[in-house]
Amino acid sequence: MKKGSLFQKMAAAPHIVWMVLFIVAPMLFVLYFAFTDADGRFSLSNISTLSQYGNVFVLSIAFALIATVVCLLIGYPLAYFMARSKPKTQKLLMVLIMLPMWCNLLIRTYALMALLDNGGLLNSFLESMGLDKLRIVGSDFGVILGMVYDFLPYMVLPIFTSITKLDNRYIEAAHDLGCNNIQTMTKVVLPLTASGIVSGVTMVFVPSISTFYISQKLGAGKIDLIGDTIERLFQNTSTYNVGAVISLVMMILILISVWIMNKFSDDEGGVII
Amino acid sequence: MEKEVIINLTDVSKSFDGEIVLDHINLKIHDKEFVTLLGPSGCGKTTTLRIIGGFETADTGDVKFDGKSVKEVPPHQRPVNTVFQKYALFPHLNVFENVAFGLRLKKTPEETIRTKVKEMLSMVNLKGFERRRVSTLSGGQQQRVAIARALINEPEVLLLDEPLGALDLKLRKDMQNELKKIQKATGITFIYVTHDQEEALSMSDTVVVMANGQIQQIGSPTDIYNEPENAFVADFIGESNIVDGIMLEDYKVRFSGHTFECVDAGFEKNQKVDVVVRPEDVDVVSADKGMLQGTVTSVTFKGVHWEIIVDINGFKWMIQTTDFVAEGEHIGLFIEPEAIHIMNKSEFSGMFGDYSSFSDELDQLADPTEPEKEEGEE
Repeated sequence: MKKGSLFQKMAAAPHIVWMVLFIVAPMLFVLYFAFTDADGRFSLSNISTLSQYGNVFVLSIAFALIATVVCLLIGYPLAYFMARSKPKTQKLLMVLIMLPMWCNLLIRTYALMALLDNGGLLNSFLESMGLDKLRIVGSDFGVILGMVYDFLPYMVLPIFTSITKLDNRYIEAAHDLGCNNIQTMTKVVLPLTASGIVSGVTMVFVPSISTFYISQKLGAGKIDLIGDTIERLFQNTSTYNVGAVISLVMMILILISVWIMNKFSDDEGGVII
Repeated sequence: MEKEVIINLTDVSKSFDGEIVLDHINLKIHDKEFVTLLGPSGCGKTTTLRIIGGFETADTGDVKFDGKSVKEVPPHQRPVNTVFQKYALFPHLNVFENVAFGLRLKKTPEETIRTKVKEMLSMVNLKGFERRRVSTLSGGQQQRVAIARALINEPEVLLLDEPLGALDLKLRKDMQNELKKIQKATGITFIYVTHDQEEALSMSDTVVVMANGQIQQIGSPTDIYNEPENAFVADFIGESNIVDGIMLEDYKVRFSGHTFECVDAGFEKNQKVDVVVRPEDVDVVSADKGMLQGTVTSVTFKGVHWEIIVDINGFKWMIQTTDFVAEGEHIGLFIEPEAIHIMNKSEFSGMFGDYSSFSDELDQLADPTEPEKEEGEE
């Protein structure tokens, strides 16, 4: 037994070192910078600047929420359809969903921009048809579209997994007890796949609320989210500490949202993040 | 049997991926009856049940409830409820909500729901379990919840798909009695699927024996046991020695080199038949007094009796006797006319009833306790 536990410790060691170096230490740095001023003295002045950024927080949360809801509305039916289709169709759809994920997020976002830009493929097409151009890049719609496009797979996959795990007998039992198709969905399928929904929502909401690249490219610099603010503040040494405070607040926000999500899913299955 | 026909299946066939599971079956189910569909794995019994429940559609034929075709009626609008093989209780709901599920859908007032669920739970001996999560219940308790959940809707017909398959023997016996009691008390028609012949015999009013997607025999448990229609039924229900015979004339049959008196008539002269003799109906006597003589090849103690295998001209008979005989002993067998049952030759003739390769283990292999998998999945 002792040997085993020693081996286990040894096996975990690289991971622990990694975590301490790249996860715990940076977080401590964030904490340190959040409560010091530019000279390295303890200070709460950074906290007091937070109020200026209130609307940025609200805007970011709103964008992330909308993107999450849209992802859920598109993702759930898609996942359901996938889970219920034949293995061949299932595989094909899975590849189609996974394929973009093999490509870097920044490149994907850039490609989307190229498609939707003023001189992009979509607008050239509209122009050639004699229609008005759509101003998507630089609009709220563009940013949300980007988020949905980039993060949709994270919604689909956990929901897909939970639906494939759902025993068909539950659905038959629901029909047997008098449920029509819609009631079966709301009373049995949705509650029993809640853990997948919770995972999906968390996995879309968290990157959406902290993104800066999508809003920069697809918002054409007109839309300022927390991510953009943090990036900007950190690039300037004089506002380094303010950036740390905002990062800290965002981390807390994410923790709270994950905690709330966990409350929603019962102990059946739990949440996979 | 003067009861009304409540469900009528006519010429129903079903195949999955080209494999015939049900082969043009006709079946009438009467009101307030306890009907058991009995057969080995893959005989089509579960598929029959699922067609009645509406979970499968028949390829041919029609299903009528109270004289009206229900082919186009989806499961949730049929006056039947099902107790599923693995119960399929909803894990996100507690016992109370599982049982109340059907009533809630019908927008029953909360008061009524509460009293009815309470009634149901006390009927299945689960008083005080309302707030329990279903995952914390034992198999037997889950079984009861499943029954309560189905019965609370007061269906005309309750379908039970091997409901006791997952329970251990002792619990199964208790539940058999309980189910029978519930059926009598509620007056609901039960259609019960099982591969366990003992269960079928002890619970049912009517047993429907199925094999190869066809109905082999429909009858009361005593009919099925005493008057099996063919070699399959004789072998599947209890133990049977099945030998080739020739019906010399009415009440006279010749088999194993001896002419016996029997109680069957109505066959043609010299017609080839299958003869069934139950192991418990054979008396062991001394060799000179026996109608047949043979050598004991194996003796197994079974508690109440010994089970012996006797070689008679190369054909091995199974005999259950309370008198001890030793292996290798030469004995005589005495068979009363009432113990001899004559059947017409069928596709199953010669397949069953010889105990030369018999062992308990083989018997179990041929009659797996595993529930049917191949049918109706997906």
